[in-house]
Amino acid sequence: MDRSLFSLPEGSVGVVRAIGLERDARRRLMDLGLTAGARVTSLFSAPSGDPRAYMVRGSVIALRRQDAAAVTVAGV
Amino acid sequence: MGLTLRSVGRGAAKEGEAREGPARLTAALAGNPNVGKSTVFNGLTGLHQHTGNWSGKTVLTAAGRFELGGCSYALVDIPGAYSLRASSAEEAAARDYIAFGGADIVVVVCDAGALERNLNLALQILEVTPNVILAVNLMDEAKKRGITVDTAKLSSCLGVPVIPMAARKGRGLSELKRAVADFSPRPYAYTARYPEPVEEAVNALEMALENLLDGRLGARFTALRLLEGDGRFLDRIDEFLGFPLRENPEAAAALERAREILRNAGIGEAEVGDLLISGIFACSEKLCRQCVRGPAGYGERQLRIDRLLTRRATGIPVMLLLLALIFFITIKGANGPSDLLYALFNRAGEAMRRGLVTVGAPDWLTEALISGVWRVLSYVTSVMLPPMAIFFPMFTLLEDLGYLPRVAFDLDAGFRRAGACGKQCLTMAMGFGCNAAGVVGCRIIDSKRERLIAVLTNSLVPCNGRFPILIALITIFLVTGSGAGSSVLASLALTGFILAGVAATLLASWVLSRTVLRGQPSSPTLELPPFRVPKVGEVIVRSLLDRTLFVLGRAAAVAAPAGLLIWLAANVRVGGVTVLRGVTGALDPVGRFLGMDGVILTAFLLGIPANETVVPIMIMAYAASGTFQGYESVSALGELLRANGWTAVTAVCTALFTVLHWPCATTLLTIKKETGSLKWTVLAAVLPTLMGVTVCALVAHVFG
Repeated sequence: MDRSLFSLPEGSVGVVRAIGLERDARRRLMDLGLTAGARVTSLFSAPSGDPRAYMVRGSVIALRRQDAAAVTVAGV
Repeated sequence: MGLTLRSVGRGAAKEGEAREGPARLTAALAGNPNVGKSTVFNGLTGLHQHTGNWSGKTVLTAAGRFELGGCSYALVDIPGAYSLRASSAEEAAARDYIAFGGADIVVVVCDAGALERNLNLALQILEVTPNVILAVNLMDEAKKRGITVDTAKLSSCLGVPVIPMAARKGRGLSELKRAVADFSPRPYAYTARYPEPVEEAVNALEMALENLLDGRLGARFTALRLLEGDGRFLDRIDEFLGFPLRENPEAAAALERAREILRNAGIGEAEVGDLLISGIFACSEKLCRQCVRGPAGYGERQLRIDRLLTRRATGIPVMLLLLALIFFITIKGANGPSDLLYALFNRAGEAMRRGLVTVGAPDWLTEALISGVWRVLSYVTSVMLPPMAIFFPMFTLLEDLGYLPRVAFDLDAGFRRAGACGKQCLTMAMGFGCNAAGVVGCRIIDSKRERLIAVLTNSLVPCNGRFPILIALITIFLVTGSGAGSSVLASLALTGFILAGVAATLLASWVLSRTVLRGQPSSPTLELPPFRVPKVGEVIVRSLLDRTLFVLGRAAAVAAPAGLLIWLAANVRVGGVTVLRGVTGALDPVGRFLGMDGVILTAFLLGIPANETVVPIMIMAYAASGTFQGYESVSALGELLRANGWTAVTAVCTALFTVLHWPCATTLLTIKKETGSLKWTVLAAVLPTLMGVTVCALVAHVFG
């Protein structure tokens, strides 16, 4: 089932399907490894719930809600 | 914090040029942020580029050298980049150096634990030049996580030397030196292949460009950039080539043919860029499947610590506790050494006075030297040195550990609501070390608007020159006594003043992003690196030598003439009134309005070259105008302040004004250099001063 990366529960893994952001922002995330087919794990959130930390291709990156919500992932 | 000789500019270039003679080869050191690039650079060159466990540490390009077998090799440390598709000023600098800088070799430093992501950059660099050495660093850290990299296999796959390293432990450094020394230029190495029909289009364009470029720029690299259509970088390429490439009929025709191949396959111009990124990652995945073994997950223990540091119930409290704990240790630990240094300086001063009298020096000279110069120097050293010497290493340990990015992560929401970038938290943290370094550090912020906000608000957090002022004010006047209880109170008070600075930063950012710097907050890339065990011994030595002594030296250089000036001002009379009394008297009404007095304001004005001198100048000015005979210890100086009309309100207002006033001269010059604008520099001075004036006037009138 496809869902947004932001709605992926802590501790679960998703596979990137698409990024619904404008060109520069999209390529920025892709360059960090969020290309179609990449596995992403939702790890933990900041005190206010935003941003959240995700593991992708061996490193941990923080994404703000507006970005994470634009990434579509498939559950594993 | 990044306060070193290098980061404040002086001597940054000189160190590299110090050793004579031309280098046999120049190697550029590239890599993702936070892969230990600076550690590798320091290990190779023996220089002391400041390192920290967070992204974006290298904001200045540094140059150094190493010798091997009688030859000299030049090394250029370029800013960290995730990709050559630059999205920040730093990445653009890295990309331009790799593409146009003319280095003979590019050493790409990679994190063994995140090779798949790191290879994105490495494979892009291989598109620029085959003369690459891959340094796979952090092998030890990866091994702890159960990850192993078959570097021999990777080397045969890529066709370039691959050196396994653990630079923090010194492993792999000599092998890397040897690899650079033994390097011979090669005609080709691994090239990332894109899926058809992209590959077909690239090949067609590449062949047409070959003649035009004449070997000055990689044809394949240029073909990819043309297809991707990044206008800004294509302009840079034109600049480098000296002719407009896109307007060349041959190139334009070839580009059109290549685009047609793609169009026929249903690929639009806008999609090409995305396909190139996915293509590189597909190659990277394939390489990693062959050469990397191990789990891709996050360690359980690491995750537990991270959750503790970021959860709603514990994240912020743990941060405040840590801050208060550091201040507690600083205040408690600085107490004794301060008094000891003070006593030693006093005794030395008296001995010198006797000496001067014995050799028959005139009275005025003895007084000017001992009561003027020497006394201010001894205040600067005894009041300022001990807290710095304790605070710096502790802060550096937290930095090395990787805690700062977690703080930025926790505080991101605040900065987002203020319309600023979450990374501003990192530059704010650098400001604790030195606001000038913090201002330079703002280069890590991608958006120009948010970078300006970070620059303008940086001096709202007290730097290492200012927070000992706070410690001095608190321990000399507000919370006296040396018991553990009073140290706890003192550290809480200090934490409060620091938080006031953070609150002021957020407020000022909020105001700026709704007035002169209007706009939407952009999305920062914040990486959270794994925790690393700090090298305690090295941290202590480095923070003492690089930071404390440097700052102290600068303060002393200012303090000595300031002491002389104050002594002269207190002893030269114009129309029956000493100059000092005249100046402080003139400023007194303004000072009183702000809950302080004329002497305090004079001290802040004279402290512009170095804030460390504010309290010593203040004490000197009071002492010089009265019958001050010197006190037994630093803590006893409270009596002097009380005798000059100080109350708790005076101390609080002075502390608040310490946090909120104009930046020091070095910071102002740096802001001018970084923004290139007098207007922003003036605003950077006016903004905190206005805030300080408002807050102090309020406090003075509500509680005074």
